[in-house]
Amino acid sequence: MAAVQGGMVDEKEEVDIKTEPQSDGFVNTNATDGRQLSPSPGSSSSAGSSKTAAGAPEDQQTLLAVLQFLRKNKLTESVEILRREAGLPEDALDSKGVDCGAPGSGGSAGGVDGLDAGSLLSRVTVSSSAGTPAPTKAAVADDQPDVSVVLSAYSQQGDPALYKVYYSDLKKFIESVLDCHRAELSQVFYPLFVHMYLELVYNNHESEAKAFFQKFSGDQECYYEDDLRVLSSLTKKEHMRGNETLLDFRTSKFVLRISRDSYQLLKRHLQERQNNQIWNIIQEHLYIDIFDGMPRSKSQIDAMSGSLAGEAKREANKAKVYYGLLKEPEIELPLDDEDEEAENEEGKPKKKKPKKDSMGSKSKKQDPNAPSQNRIPLPELKDSDKLDKIMYMKEATKRIRLGPENLPSICFYTFLNAYQGLTAVDFTDDSSLIAGGFADSTVRVWSVTPKKLRKVKSAADLNLIDKESDDVLERIMDEKTASESKVLYGHSGPVYGISFSPDRNYLLSSSEDGTVRLWSLLTFTCLVGYKGHNYPVWDTQFSPYGYYFVSGGHDRVARLWATDHYQPLRIFAGHLADVTCTRFHPNSNYVATGSSDRTIRLWDVLTGNCVRIFTGHKGPIHTLAFSPNGKFLASGATDGRVLLWDIGHGLMVSELKGHTDTIYALRFSRDGEILASGSMDNTVRLWNAAKAFDDLETDDFTAATGHIHLQDNSPELLLGTYMSKSTPVIHLHFTRRNLLLAAGSYAA
Amino acid sequence: MAEREERRFAQVSRESVTLMAESAGVELGEEIAAVLAEDVCYRLREAAQSSSQFMKHAKRKKLTVEDFNRALRWSNVEAICGYGAQDTLPFRSVKEGELFFVEDREINLIELALATNIPKGCAETMVRVNVAYLDGKGNMELQGAVPAAVQSLSDDLLKYYQQITRAILGDDPHLMKVALLDLQSNSKIAALLPYFVYVISGVKSVSHDLEQLNRLLHMVRSLVQNPYLYLGSYVRSLVSSVMYCILEPLAASINPLNDHWTLRDYAALLLSNIFWTHGDLVSGLYHQILLSLQKVLSDPVRPLCSHYGAVVGLHALGWKAVEKVLFPHLPAYWANLQAVLDDYSVSNAQVKADGHKVYGAILVAVERLLKMKALSLSHPGEWCVNAQTGSLAAAVGYRSPGLSPPPESLSEAAFGIASHLQAGSGGCPWEEWAPVSLPAMYLELYSFFGDSLAVRFSTGPGLDSYPYCPSTLLREPKKEALGQGSNSDTARKMPQLTANLSISPRRDGSPRTDPPPPSLAAAGPGRSLARSSSAQRSRYSSSRSGQRLTGLPRDVFPKARFSSPQNGPPTFTFVIGGRQMGQRCQGRRPFQTVFAPTPPPSAVPPRAYAHKLPVIGRVGKPVRRWTCSHYSLLLPL
Repeated sequence: MAAVQGGMVDEKEEVDIKTEPQSDGFVNTNATDGRQLSPSPGSSSSAGSSKTAAGAPEDQQTLLAVLQFLRKNKLTESVEILRREAGLPEDALDSKGVDCGAPGSGGSAGGVDGLDAGSLLSRVTVSSSAGTPAPTKAAVADDQPDVSVVLSAYSQQGDPALYKVYYSDLKKFIESVLDCHRAELSQVFYPLFVHMYLELVYNNHESEAKAFFQKFSGDQECYYEDDLRVLSSLTKKEHMRGNETLLDFRTSKFVLRISRDSYQLLKRHLQERQNNQIWNIIQEHLYIDIFDGMPRSKSQIDAMSGSLAGEAKREANKAKVYYGLLKEPEIELPLDDEDEEAENEEGKPKKKKPKKDSMGSKSKKQDPNAPSQNRIPLPELKDSDKLDKIMYMKEATKRIRLGPENLPSICFYTFLNAYQGLTAVDFTDDSSLIAGGFADSTVRVWSVTPKKLRKVKSAADLNLIDKESDDVLERIMDEKTASESKVLYGHSGPVYGISFSPDRNYLLSSSEDGTVRLWSLLTFTCLVGYKGHNYPVWDTQFSPYGYYFVSGGHDRVARLWATDHYQPLRIFAGHLADVTCTRFHPNSNYVATGSSDRTIRLWDVLTGNCVRIFTGHKGPIHTLAFSPNGKFLASGATDGRVLLWDIGHGLMVSELKGHTDTIYALRFSRDGEILASGSMDNTVRLWNAAKAFDDLETDDFTAATGHIHLQDNSPELLLGTYMSKSTPVIHLHFTRRNLLLAAGSYAA
Repeated sequence: MAEREERRFAQVSRESVTLMAESAGVELGEEIAAVLAEDVCYRLREAAQSSSQFMKHAKRKKLTVEDFNRALRWSNVEAICGYGAQDTLPFRSVKEGELFFVEDREINLIELALATNIPKGCAETMVRVNVAYLDGKGNMELQGAVPAAVQSLSDDLLKYYQQITRAILGDDPHLMKVALLDLQSNSKIAALLPYFVYVISGVKSVSHDLEQLNRLLHMVRSLVQNPYLYLGSYVRSLVSSVMYCILEPLAASINPLNDHWTLRDYAALLLSNIFWTHGDLVSGLYHQILLSLQKVLSDPVRPLCSHYGAVVGLHALGWKAVEKVLFPHLPAYWANLQAVLDDYSVSNAQVKADGHKVYGAILVAVERLLKMKALSLSHPGEWCVNAQTGSLAAAVGYRSPGLSPPPESLSEAAFGIASHLQAGSGGCPWEEWAPVSLPAMYLELYSFFGDSLAVRFSTGPGLDSYPYCPSTLLREPKKEALGQGSNSDTARKMPQLTANLSISPRRDGSPRTDPPPPSLAAAGPGRSLARSSSAQRSRYSSSRSGQRLTGLPRDVFPKARFSSPQNGPPTFTFVIGGRQMGQRCQGRRPFQTVFAPTPPPSAVPPRAYAHKLPVIGRVGKPVRRWTCSHYSLLLPL
């Protein structure tokens, strides 16, 4: 009911069916009053009976579907176990089969009828009886079980010649409505256009489809161009199978946010005109998120639209996000350090001490927005970690405070002779090591300090070492292996993602070969190959506390792993296209993923739920960055724009325009004042992040409705544009003292 | 929206499908072909789209064949092999048939297998860091960066500086020429000199970029030739920049395709130019240069290209420098070089090629040494009256005075680098050097070089091209006017090889159809050739070798060598080397066997010799505009 603002249920309101958790479009239970013609009496009646099933019908249906699937694949043991676990009677599968099968095939039944559903079911349930002639659509379903069902929703067809008339009729209507409604209603065009086109194609009206496309494709917003190009090449029913973009369209409902007034206008018009074709599509394939209040302006809509499946539903961003930082463990700073003594001699001890105190007190305060310390179990600090923390704090005291008047110096790390193709770069947090992933499947690690890379001695040699000595860590290293760089071989495809562990002992790499590999930087060997994605893994990143890591790839899911588990702990599913980049929140409780479906999602590591969906990018997202305080997220995409998001409120904060090509790198300065972005256009740009966040007006209305007013202030926020020498910037990193490091390979 | 319509994508026509089916031996119906064509189009676009994903994630802008193959592989289609090359595939069309095809030339595997310049593979991937912007401030200029100090200059000068540096280091060759010309003649740029010198000292940072190095050297030349500039102590800085180009194993040398040899030659010329025109500004410069050259030469660890640089550097500094440094050092160096040249293993091919370069450079240097020494000896003595005028003129070595300025005009700002060089050889301040007697020197050198020395010696253009050669020196006075023949002529003369070799010295009457080109070939690469890459050079190699074999032996001094040291310097008698061939055979085998006195079988095609001859910087092409008598590795400006 959340779709209806204010909780009032209008009796004319049909859209409340959209609140059903089952997002797939083939359950049309009580949406019947809006349509003139129910596609199939059989399916609607069976759907009705499924409604009456005891308990949570959807859950049970899902279970039964799973059981059927298992049985179909002859996994009898699994069937048994699942049934026991679910507490289903043995005959549940057979007796309720009709119920659960019907919604699944309800759509397909539209064209064929209930008998089809029955035969489909018989094929599914009694797989051993091979003699049963399977209906043609079931054969289609073999490789991708849900495709035929999904596509079959298109089988209901009107007169193909009338499609143009319907569409232009609606177009005429929307063009004639009041200006304030027009922008909102225009959002309907694109999803309608796509679905109508697909219906035509599905029903083999190729020439009509082509004509339809030609006539109306020009009306669509320019940011849908990529999708339209895919559509335009699709003119045959056979091509629809296995086309991912199409599947995305079908399996998810396109989300539109429309004010109540505009929606009423649209509905009245369609009912008056008896324009059932369009009304059916709106009913089945669109999710209209209705809100009370003023209709949004064109610019407001444009700012948020562009993703593959429309905007995010408002309730999708309502969950509470604990974006605060975790309390830092208290580590006693060794005051009798050499530096300190030296400074004492210089007579500056007074200045130093209060600073220390303030830092200590800061870390003692518990951020009210922070998750509890043990919300997710984190690894314990080792002595070496504590040492590193101390080093970090020391460095932090020497940090340069950046601002619009005090811009960072930039060092560029150029990869020379990288003929094999540099695909990923990462720095360690202390900027002592740099690693590159290459298209020739290698990972190379360089030391950027004079300290060379050494391997640990062999087991035999390690036995000879005096383990009691103080410098045992030094003694275990084999001087003979010292070199400036090391090459890690193991992948069998380009390495697209790379990440150092916070303690600098491990390195993660993800590759086209579908694996994520964990490498030891002590032995420079591969420790684990994590298999699970099966498709190219585009990105991976270690948690800021180590131990956990996240990966995302072509299979459209992000996975959360722990280094000591060979299977993922969480699978974050929901993106409609490849997960192109993954980032951990600084408090390690959340993971942000960017995708080719042009949305960003924030996932809760604890529950695995999606807690935020950010839409607004017009191209695949290729990089993400959390602000150091955990409150904000920056994202960069192929559209050359950087968008800033307020995580707590789930709102877009700012749009930074300036880059002319894909942005591959984003990084906040250590104090969060400056945002650096690096792009394929060979530039690094610095943005005044502090100003962008200060300008943010978070009044309750904006927060409640999610209607943001963005002023175009990119020029003011842009602090500088820095060109590299024909070197695309693919990674950025702020050192602990706020020196900006950029990396890329020279493109001759 | 118009843009969208302009986008076109892959279309495979029905006819193409039918054609392909036919070539595969399948008869397709019209309808099937149409359906197939449409499906193929769709699949193509689908594959193209998914392959672009791999491109994006590889952070590239160019879709590669590999990306496409990956997309195919992930959709369970076999990858397409054979198109993995990084270069773009030339897509050609046949006008008549409206056919388009990917050019797929046959590769001669034998040639490939026997090729001597085997690529070494690419250099190690590495990371280099530079501070791009300090405190957020840096220059926005990509090229022609202005050092902070320059900003104190007047606006006009600053602008001039920026324009000039940008033009010289920029991409427009025409602009560069204009800038260089101006730099050469502008009288008001004295204040900018330190900055230009600073820019030039940037050679060390662009050692990977031959083009930039060349431009910087051009800049040096323009500055040096500017008559209004007093270089003062900046000479030292310029010299060190130039020496860097001559001697350092430049990063660009790693790739054998890069013609860094020409750069070294040019730099050497420039060095002599600076030295002879501005050498007096810094005391002891000559000694310093000689010392550093000697140091490089005697350092066996240095790569061969450095040695080459040292040799051409010495050569450029004049024959006395050669006599002083190179000649005494030769026996020691020879052992190393010989080892390199005699290693025929494939892995050594590149080194060997480099070795041949050094070999050639040494050969050129010692030849001139001999020649000049002979002339310097003959000049004071009265025993060779005819030679007096001739030798001097020959030493200066210009064929037509109009093209090369006379010695007197050397200080002029004309393109007189070659002349500077020559003049220098006369005025070399290295007087106290106790010379080895000429015959002894010749004998020693002959022991190294064998007949190739004689051949080279005989074809010295200075002697050859001089119309009135003294008979004592030149047994075969020229009877034919120069420039009659052409390269093609000589090529046709090849069958006369054996006959030529057996010609007696006294037979002057052998028709001198021999054109200057072969001799000039020895003199140096022509204007166009100097620019030529090594590839071009190799293209000429066959014809060049032909000239060597035919033209050169029939030259003025075929197989000339001293009969014996006892004859003494005053009487220069040259015996045709062919006769005494084989008496001393410590020299380089290939050269002696090539010119063995016994008539070589004429069946041996000249091509066979082609790769026995060292690949050095001499090419058989006439120098069109002007000649430089001895300096074979001359780079035209």
